[in-house]
Amino acid sequence: MATTSVRQLPKNELIMPGTRSCAGCGLMLTYRHALKALDEGKTIVAVPASCMTVLHGVYPITPVNVICINNPFAATGAAATGIVAGLKATGKTGYTVVAFAGDGGTYDIGIQALSGAFERRVNFIYVCYDNEGYMNTGTQRSSASPVGAITSTTPILAKLQQKKEMVKIVEAHNLPYIATGSPSYPLDLFDKFKFAKNVEGSRYIEVHAPCPPGWGFPNRNLIKMGKLAVESGIHVLFEIRDGKFSLTSRSLALANKGRKKTVSDYIKGQSRFRKISPEQISELQAFTDKRWNELLERHFKDSGDA
Amino acid sequence: MGQVEIITANTAAALAAKLCRVQVISAYPITPQTPVTEELAEMVESGALQAEYITVESEHSALASVVAASQVGARVFTATSANGLLYMHEMLHWAAGSRVPIVMACVNRGVGAPWTILNDQQDTISQRDTGWLQIYCRNSQEVLDTIIQGFRLAEEIQIPVMVCYDGFILSHASTPVDVPSQDEVDRFLPHFVDRSGINGGTPMNVNPLILSDPRLGPDDALMPGYMEFRFMLQRDILNSLQIIESVDREFSDVFGRSWGGSLWKYKMEDADHAIVSMGSLASECTIAADMLRDRGVKVGVVGVRVYRPFPASQISEYLSHLKTVTFFEKDVSYGFHGAVAMDAKAALYESASRPSVSSYVVGLGGRDVRPEQLAEATINCIEGSIGHHWLDVRN
Repeated sequence: MATTSVRQLPKNELIMPGTRSCAGCGLMLTYRHALKALDEGKTIVAVPASCMTVLHGVYPITPVNVICINNPFAATGAAATGIVAGLKATGKTGYTVVAFAGDGGTYDIGIQALSGAFERRVNFIYVCYDNEGYMNTGTQRSSASPVGAITSTTPILAKLQQKKEMVKIVEAHNLPYIATGSPSYPLDLFDKFKFAKNVEGSRYIEVHAPCPPGWGFPNRNLIKMGKLAVESGIHVLFEIRDGKFSLTSRSLALANKGRKKTVSDYIKGQSRFRKISPEQISELQAFTDKRWNELLERHFKDSGDA
Repeated sequence: MGQVEIITANTAAALAAKLCRVQVISAYPITPQTPVTEELAEMVESGALQAEYITVESEHSALASVVAASQVGARVFTATSANGLLYMHEMLHWAAGSRVPIVMACVNRGVGAPWTILNDQQDTISQRDTGWLQIYCRNSQEVLDTIIQGFRLAEEIQIPVMVCYDGFILSHASTPVDVPSQDEVDRFLPHFVDRSGINGGTPMNVNPLILSDPRLGPDDALMPGYMEFRFMLQRDILNSLQIIESVDREFSDVFGRSWGGSLWKYKMEDADHAIVSMGSLASECTIAADMLRDRGVKVGVVGVRVYRPFPASQISEYLSHLKTVTFFEKDVSYGFHGAVAMDAKAALYESASRPSVSSYVVGLGGRDVRPEQLAEATINCIEGSIGHHWLDVRN
């Protein structure tokens, strides 16, 4: 059963006050709801060098009530593999191993180790919190940055290329569970982590995590920005269970009612797009429409099969 | 009781890992290490060894996965060579900083570019500053024994250990090796003590961001800063020299074999001159020493078994009173000399008396080194040709 009210979420908070994340952090809110869905004391989190490292605080204090193992940037998939193997070899059962890496640690430097872990069918959840750039090091371009975005390494021309479609690459590994999520839709996010926890094998959840300092919008607009991404189709909420695709939450509603918001509605509140050209807006709109139509078609085809 | 088998050093390494009851193995194939990974895979698939075997997609991942497996409480093993070891470079620092007791077989091979698959020791020497212990073996028996000693050592000091042996010369050459029984190994190496603390489910943040200065913890105790952790690693590596000796002595009590701890000596009692070397080359130097003794020159050999920690005071004690010392090594610190000679000379600086020193870079990329050449080069040093040279570079 889908969670329909925040009142149904577990009250227990595993993230205490005092994290080092920025105000209005999309990752922080994502992590909060993910941990509510996972079992306290039975969750081991693997983290590469990233905003997540910072969120977890500075030695010897941590505000997060989990077992967290930090790893070098490229190593997340391999470290999670080692954790799973080590637990099994030493007879420690009942743990959920969850990797939390950013888009740089997933799309770019971590893709080799990630692909290796998925091919080996390692029993873990891999979460990519996609804030569309190297935000922890100060907003450099990643392969997840959208076209037309100014980053500190595309400072004048803005990014010229479209974002990599990571989920398609992940799908090529034939995983039992793939999902997308957004901190602006916490119930959907919670349900997906709750479901993923009980799936055997490699699972992938990609969360679109708005970043106020990196994207250039006021902290108070975090939820709004995440919603605009979904409303405009920039980010689509779905899950793929054993290859069967279905839109979820707000994206499912939009599939039935039609999208009202455009890419222009989404980008206008973000200063990173201040140099985007009309041609790039059209490109981004076309890219977004093409993917939306693909996913829509897939949704109706797969739900028709059911 | 054990039994004598005719095996390669690679097989000896795989058997040693099995006898040590490793729980997680992760490795990526590279010549000349490959037979180690293949033989362990067969042991695991056949059920002869109860362990998790991870077929990773790179050496970086091989080390990353054994670090993580160790952090959750497993005894772990891996093996590599040359460019594979270099690809691990980031993880080598990470493993030592994590204070995890990994044992890794490093099958020494020259480093590309250009490509060579043949032996020298540039690969491990270039990783000397990563915070690992490095032990260099002379023969396949020492490889087997040193891996068993390595786990004792690593687990006592919580610092990873590289067991280095020469590619092809040892890795692919079959020689008699006394393979101990499981009972004997169990008597020497206790079952792995799980220090992970995972089972309690206690929250922890392993290897977090740390500041340079000490900082108060939640219970108001002052906790170390980055520099204190680095100092502790250095202190414990230096202190491990004594532990290396005691582990070798205890090993001798159980197995009847000793490898000399950090340094070993050959005909040094009455020597006027010494040859210093590492690995299988050091064994060959004993033949050169015998040749020179036949000519009436009192030459002995000091073999460097443990390169990190460097047994500086012991080497100074062994060498300072001599007339000359000739170093032969299969590595170079580009822009200066061979690494062992550099370190030994630094160690000798504190001595009131010092020998004349000559150092040779030899045998890179599998270039054959004959005892006659070593003897000739040693005589040249004795006759006054001191300084740094490359042996057998042809026009």
